[in-house]
Amino acid sequence: MSDAILNIENVTMRFGGLTAVREVSMAVPRGSISGLIGPNGAGKTTVFNIITGFYTPTEGAVKFDGQDITGLAPHMVCRAGISRTFQNIRLFTNETVLENVMIGCHVRRKAGWWEAPLGLPRFKREEREIREKSVNLLETLGLARLADERSGGLPYGAQRKLEIARALATDPKFLLLDEPAAGMNPPETRELMAFIRDIREKFKITILLIEHDMKVVMGVCEHIWALDHGVKIAEGDPEAIQSDQKVIVAYLGEEYVKYAEN
Amino acid sequence: MSINMFIQHLFNAITLGSLYGLIAIGYTMVYGILRLINFAHGEVFMLGAYFIFFAITLLKLPWGLAAVAAVAVSSLCGIAVDRIAYKPLRDAPRISALISAIGVSFFIQNLSIVVFTGLPRAVHRPDWLVKVVNMGGIRILPLAVIVPLVTLLLVLGLLWVVYRTKPGLAMRAISKDIETTRLMGVSVNRIIALTFGIGSALAAASGIMWALRYPQIHPFMGLFPGLKAFIAAVFGGIGSIHGAVVGGMFLGLVEIMAVAFFPTLSGYRDAFAFVLLIIILLMKPTGLMGEKLEDKI
Amino acid sequence: MNSRTRNTVLNCLALALLGAFIWWAEGNLDGYKIQVLNLIAVNAILALSLNLIYGFTGMFSLGHAGFMAIGAYTCAILILTPAQKEIMWILEPLIWPLSVIQTPFFVAVAAGGLLAALLGLLIAIPVLRLGGDYLGIATLGFAEIIRVVLTNLDFITNGALGIKGIPAYANLWWNYGWLLLTLFFIIRLVGSNFGNVLKAIRDDEIAAKNMGINTFFFKVVAFTVGAFFAGVGGALMGSLVSTIDPKMFAFTLTFNILMITVAGGLGSITGSLIGSVVITVLLEWLRIVENPLVIGSFEIPGIPGMRMVIFSLALILIILFRSEGIMGMREFSWNRLFGRFSRGGDGA
Repeated sequence: MSDAILNIENVTMRFGGLTAVREVSMAVPRGSISGLIGPNGAGKTTVFNIITGFYTPTEGAVKFDGQDITGLAPHMVCRAGISRTFQNIRLFTNETVLENVMIGCHVRRKAGWWEAPLGLPRFKREEREIREKSVNLLETLGLARLADERSGGLPYGAQRKLEIARALATDPKFLLLDEPAAGMNPPETRELMAFIRDIREKFKITILLIEHDMKVVMGVCEHIWALDHGVKIAEGDPEAIQSDQKVIVAYLGEEYVKYAEN
Repeated sequence: MSINMFIQHLFNAITLGSLYGLIAIGYTMVYGILRLINFAHGEVFMLGAYFIFFAITLLKLPWGLAAVAAVAVSSLCGIAVDRIAYKPLRDAPRISALISAIGVSFFIQNLSIVVFTGLPRAVHRPDWLVKVVNMGGIRILPLAVIVPLVTLLLVLGLLWVVYRTKPGLAMRAISKDIETTRLMGVSVNRIIALTFGIGSALAAASGIMWALRYPQIHPFMGLFPGLKAFIAAVFGGIGSIHGAVVGGMFLGLVEIMAVAFFPTLSGYRDAFAFVLLIIILLMKPTGLMGEKLEDKI
Repeated sequence: MNSRTRNTVLNCLALALLGAFIWWAEGNLDGYKIQVLNLIAVNAILALSLNLIYGFTGMFSLGHAGFMAIGAYTCAILILTPAQKEIMWILEPLIWPLSVIQTPFFVAVAAGGLLAALLGLLIAIPVLRLGGDYLGIATLGFAEIIRVVLTNLDFITNGALGIKGIPAYANLWWNYGWLLLTLFFIIRLVGSNFGNVLKAIRDDEIAAKNMGINTFFFKVVAFTVGAFFAGVGGALMGSLVSTIDPKMFAFTLTFNILMITVAGGLGSITGSLIGSVVITVLLEWLRIVENPLVIGSFEIPGIPGMRMVIFSLALILIILFRSEGIMGMREFSWNRLFGRFSRGGDGA
């Protein structure tokens, strides 16, 4: 893998005596859709929190697009071009759909806050641009008719989609999705898979997702890492992962595998 | 400063520290369970002092009985405050309950002005408590020995309840995880009421001893001891009973000793606690003995 | 006429109406009524500044009385004449150069705001790392420290004696002028995408960081701007009541402002304005219960403390039964007003 957009190098994360992630290395290919799988408590979300700057790893380094982002504050990570969604959706619930996306646009603006009361031309131009960009983004993603709805009142599926829209508003090069299909029924899940492929094409981004629904993982991911108890147990394309003995054991338990083999 | 003077100051500091510590326990227990700064706690302290005053002057109760009655009634007041002003807000944003608590604090203060009038009053003090004893040149009040002793007994009793009884176990469980405890079949509201009851009783006990030590009582007397005791609780590590006692002692020592050694600072005495608060929040927000509360991402 | 031109015209009309009202009020209302109108304006400035900090950015601050004190003392010292200052500072003379400086009222009020903002900035940097209730207690602590310091710095503040005979420059024009300036500033800020950023921090700080928002920076900004206007409000208040001392800036003052902001609606500018009218009038009206009431030859004695009993009870009831206050997070707008009569007329 010569062209990786993100390199995680021997990352270890300890909380007190507990090691959540141990010596994990990953190289996410540029332009790919990749997956991170593992049973509950395997350390997947911890890896996301390390990449996005919410945790500073105890050991190891995270490199993004050639830049060392280890220990960078979350907002600086976002500025560098990484955005994410959360396992338990975190929208700005009192704001409208449009405002949520506009907040995502903030990171790329140049005017200072003090230009707002003064009403300087640059500020006014940017305000206009942010609104236009947000409206366009909502149209592209099929959320335009909800623009003025309060985001907290949206149906679940639309909230998930809006969270992705908001993340895209930050102009990321790399998007992390934490269980995007959680709580969705099969038709919604199929739509989501198409949606994920779609946004990669439209926005020319790399996507890394955590997912429990194996149909989604095997359906959209080109490359997969499997974690168990904070340790990387396997990596490869979907076929390789599906037949990997360690992965099967991690998911089903050793006893069951022995039983099934007999 | 002579060694005798120093010992006298030390006794004063321990007395004051005990009184802060007793109030701080109520803060720390309630915060540990509900994540709520019970702003009205200082008012329960004030009520304790008033209740013993009226039990003695109006009801003509003997001194000891009056103290018990005052503690019991204050304890009920604390439970009532929770039922009326906090319980309906359990699922509301945390700051709502805090605003309600601030409202309750002002309500009780001003209601006390209406009912008790704003005039300062003096609680009757049995002579044997306040006759200065001279021990080899060290002049101390018997109170200065009795207050820390009573405090020690109360704290030991509390620790027994929290660590050796079933309701105590439930309290500790709730402070770890209220929802799971509820699912385990514990009557959470009853335990919360018990927590308020115990905390308020200790605050009232402190108020009564405060009224004996510094004999003027008035409706605003709870404000500063209340705030300072909260700071003591934060200093010791919110949620920790030991921490509350240690924090109260430390604050008492700082206030008395700083003024004793640097008399020019006496005007700033009421600011010490707040400076201490800001230092501790910046250096170690969990306090001396507190556990870390993490925001889950 | 499109809605934008219409709104501009209506805004100008409203301003003209306000001007006409003030002009009329000065000539026709008695001193007490004018004082109440003045208090409404000052309280509105204070409520707006607290709303920016707490309602819009979600930082529970209980330090308003401290910022007001800084504003009031700065302004008072700057507008008193050197002769007055020489007579009044009994405990210790006022230090040079404060003893000889005298500035116009506008400069003094602005200086009060700036000094409060500077202090706000110094406080913000350490304490804004704290969240929720801890922030409340820490800011309350700072306000109390300010009060203790004011009591002890005799050579600047005249200690516990306070400052008397502050020139009553704060008339309706000044107070409503400053209110309009505050409104303009806060509406512009909150109505822009920067306002959305502040609300994002309030709603979910973790998600806000993830959106590339330097949450600490914007919290410091909102806190400092809020402190500025709190200082301005304090400065006007000092000139309005003519006497200030450290006791005046106790926690009760913060409590009143908090009450206005909560009653009006956290996160609503309109709410803060309505709240300051309602609460100021209510507080004045409640003075009845504290003053003796004479009906014919009977005299019912006033009940001291009753006013605050009713007032605090009102706060508890609001929080228990209508925590969103009068307006919730809604705002008044001309579009909304007209949208009610003609659907689809909403252009913006």
